[in-house]
Amino acid sequence: MIEVRNLVKHYGDVKAVQDISFSVKNGEILGFLGPNGAGKTTTLKVITGYLSPTSGNVFVDDYNVIEDSMEIRKMIGYLPEMNPLYHDMEVYGFLEFVARAREIDKNQFRSRLHDVIELCGLKGVVHKNINELSKGYCQRVGLAQAIIHDPKILILDEPTSGLDPNQIAEIRGLIKNLGKEKTVVISSHILQEIQATADRMIIINEGEIVANGTIDELMSDFKGKTRLTLELKNATEDSVKKVQSFQDGILLSKYEEKDENVFALLEYPNSIDPRQDIFKYAVKNKWVILEMSRHKTSLEDVFRNLTIEGGTNNAK
Amino acid sequence: MRNNFSIIYRREVQSLFNSPVAYITLVVFLMINAWFFTSTFFLINESDLRTLFSVIPIVYIFFVPAITMGLIAKEKNTGTMEFITTLPFTDGEIIVAKYLAALTLLGTALAFTLVHFFTLLVVGNNIDIGALISGYLGLLLVGGAYAAIGTFGSTVTDNQITAFIISFLIIFVLFILDKILIFVPGFLSSILQYLSIDYHLNNISRGVIDSRNLVYLGSLILFFLLISIRILEMRKWR
Repeated sequence: MIEVRNLVKHYGDVKAVQDISFSVKNGEILGFLGPNGAGKTTTLKVITGYLSPTSGNVFVDDYNVIEDSMEIRKMIGYLPEMNPLYHDMEVYGFLEFVARAREIDKNQFRSRLHDVIELCGLKGVVHKNINELSKGYCQRVGLAQAIIHDPKILILDEPTSGLDPNQIAEIRGLIKNLGKEKTVVISSHILQEIQATADRMIIINEGEIVANGTIDELMSDFKGKTRLTLELKNATEDSVKKVQSFQDGILLSKYEEKDENVFALLEYPNSIDPRQDIFKYAVKNKWVILEMSRHKTSLEDVFRNLTIEGGTNNAK
Repeated sequence: MRNNFSIIYRREVQSLFNSPVAYITLVVFLMINAWFFTSTFFLINESDLRTLFSVIPIVYIFFVPAITMGLIAKEKNTGTMEFITTLPFTDGEIIVAKYLAALTLLGTALAFTLVHFFTLLVVGNNIDIGALISGYLGLLLVGGAYAAIGTFGSTVTDNQITAFIISFLIIFVLFILDKILIFVPGFLSSILQYLSIDYHLNNISRGVIDSRNLVYLGSLILFFLLISIRILEMRKWR
């Protein structure tokens, strides 16, 4: 279990992280989501002991990063942002180095290496120099390095950045697999990434947590509304406005006339569906419906709402 | 804990000897020394290595910063610093192991100059072996002090060229201190003389191994390694 308590981190005058608290349960995959520069990487760097907190503390089981950084580092497998590797080493030599640093003895290393090669798909590149590898393979080596000692906790900072779609899908699958038995914290500025891998997500913006919950919870907080786009012919503003009176909660949020057509955007709660009524009304008024399309509020809208300045602040 | 030293040390030595920079500097180091030594060796007609012992400290001024400049700066530059400092190593282990790796390369370079020593054994007579051994000891100690300064230079920046220049400047100042003694007032000159590396080296290569010299070089090494460790730790609080 990881518990971040009132963590504050300033770089000089820059307030990278401002008083955030959250916890990660054992065996949970936590997604850490936020735009670039939101403070994700800084938080992870404090957990892994690369940086010290300005104030606050991070607890992992009975240890805390200020006093027992060494013990915590032993429990964690860490893939830093940008995946730094020793490019002058062979994959084998590099993994052997990490294994020795992780106090894995020779016999154990053989079986761990075998597992990790299998898991990360490193067959065929083990005896290559790291600087000869493609970016996708480098990322796998980075992941292999992080899991070679079978850590309880895995911290992955932007693990799929710079990969092509196939590689991304593979790495995500791998992370999901690892998350079955490990506590995983994965950071990303890409929503789909977190959506695809995490059990729970924390959205962070400008150093503060703006949302924390499962994907369903976050959605339900913001759900509420469905949007309906209409493109009509032969309609007038007055007749379109009448649509609002069909049922409670329908709102005409946009009305626009372009050439001979009318564009209208309706918003209403998810609990009702006025489309039939609108159709019948259109027939009666001799409108021609060129388009009628419905879109639910997506997680992306939630994310944008939370992280764009001036967005709604009704997060928990 | 000792194990951690050897893990970092082994990787660092491997990486040093894997890079062309090591071999280029090694060859240049040996060529310059050999040329200065042999070109006058038969003219002077003396059975000692005094020319060699006076040339090497000068070549060191360039050679040592060149082999130490990458120690920390390169890791900072490529980001592997974050990787290695989040492994269960202490900052002290990292600095000292890397320092010892640089010292190993330096020792290798010195070992190659033993060629001249053996030449002397074959062609010379009346050789003062003791002076030669203490001369080499002095060179190793001074090299160690320079390497500690080089480690410091590499810790303060993430640019290898900057690291080279910083180390070069510090070493150069320490080296010329006892060459400018005639320009400074008397009370200062004994202090400056004590601070000058060359003064201690001359003592040792004369065959006089005084505790004053050992204390000086030892504390120089300790001082620069300790501030390197502090500087590395400072990343946490920047």
